[in-house]
Amino acid sequence: METLAPDLSPEAQFQARIDADIRIEPKDWMPEAYRKTLIRQISQHAHSELVGMLPEGNWITRAPSLKRKAILLAKVQDEAGHGLYLYSAAETLGTSRDQMLADLHSGKAKYSSIFNYPTLSWADMGCVGWLVDGAAILNQVPLCRTSYGPYARAMVRVCKEESFHQRQGFEIMQTLCEGAPVQKEMAQEALNRWWWPTLMMFGPKDADSPNTEQSMKWRIKRFTNDELRQKFVDMMVPQAEFLGLKVPDDKVQWNEERQAYDFGEVDWEEFWNVVKGNGLCNHERLQARVQAHEEGAWVREAALAHAAKRKERAAVAA
Amino acid sequence: MIQQEWPLWEVFIRSKQGLDHKHVGSLHAADAAMAMQNARDVYTRRLEGVSIWVVESRHIHASNPDEAAEFFEPAADKVYRHPTFYDVPDSIKHM
Ligand SMILES: [Fe+2]
Ligand SMILES: [Fe+2]
Ligand SMILES: [Fe+2]
Repeated sequence: METLAPDLSPEAQFQARIDADIRIEPKDWMPEAYRKTLIRQISQHAHSELVGMLPEGNWITRAPSLKRKAILLAKVQDEAGHGLYLYSAAETLGTSRDQMLADLHSGKAKYSSIFNYPTLSWADMGCVGWLVDGAAILNQVPLCRTSYGPYARAMVRVCKEESFHQRQGFEIMQTLCEGAPVQKEMAQEALNRWWWPTLMMFGPKDADSPNTEQSMKWRIKRFTNDELRQKFVDMMVPQAEFLGLKVPDDKVQWNEERQAYDFGEVDWEEFWNVVKGNGLCNHERLQARVQAHEEGAWVREAALAHAAKRKERAAVAA
Repeated sequence: MIQQEWPLWEVFIRSKQGLDHKHVGSLHAADAAMAMQNARDVYTRRLEGVSIWVVESRHIHASNPDEAAEFFEPAADKVYRHPTFYDVPDSIKHM
């Protein structure tokens, strides 16, 4: 490990490396709290990718054309890939895949609350790509420069793939908005439902986010929740206008002085309620995950048995 | 039910003919054939590679980061291994 200040304590040396933008790699010394926080953050992100496949998977068989179906399949497959990149990154910190999945399935580990909302119409596929992936991109791009090497490298991969996700969502919205009035209504109705939950994706207000300061110091977070939320609103309001849609917030207004949009207050009660497990789909999502895992157990075991048998036979033949 | 994870594999990809294989990440698989299939699906969905190597992670021996300073130090004071160490007169061309 590069030693920048040999007289300092390991903690101080560690912080000096981070301040100098030197990446931390798996076998380097790191404070236990850094390791634990990262495992929680990365596995939570991985879980979100995994559970995030469910609301969109819901529409694969009902996509309106073969083209849309192929695109949606590719997107959902990407999300599975994102989950795998991130689980691998977390495993370099000393946790195991089985442990992480067990924590997800027991409800101990969290995933993004956005996936606890239902996908009711085809326009929801537009909103998920355009808004939800759009918000995810804002969260993720700064993480490409995060202090932990394997995490940063995983995020570079993820980010490369996300922009297709957002564009295909926007294209769904645009197609609906240029279609029949009933299609445009469908787009507006979906936006009405997804707008606020998407703003919640950036997490609680800075004042209610006590860990932000430490995470910024460790560079495992590079902007505050409120900063990212503001960026998102500034990005999305003009895009909604382009589509001829209206974001469901009467307080949205351009503020000349701040050079940013003012906007209304998120319903934090709803936010905490969904985090606590009382959203519309929390139960269903977790149940689908557990069921898939349990019903797949025999496949995992059979593959191991098959590999062991082949190894044995190869040994005998040799 | 036996609770046992599939082994971990490291994946290396040659992005195009003429370049080295480069480490891209890892994955779990029961055996090499499955590791290869999974590597294709996880790491080359957009033609990122023309060739894949998979190696079971337990076979990799890594240098120790705590000894990195001593380990790599011998190369540090050998500046004469670099062409920039040598002064070449301005009138000499093609060197
Ligand atoms: Fe993703
Ligand atoms: Fe993501
Ligand atoms: Fe995505």
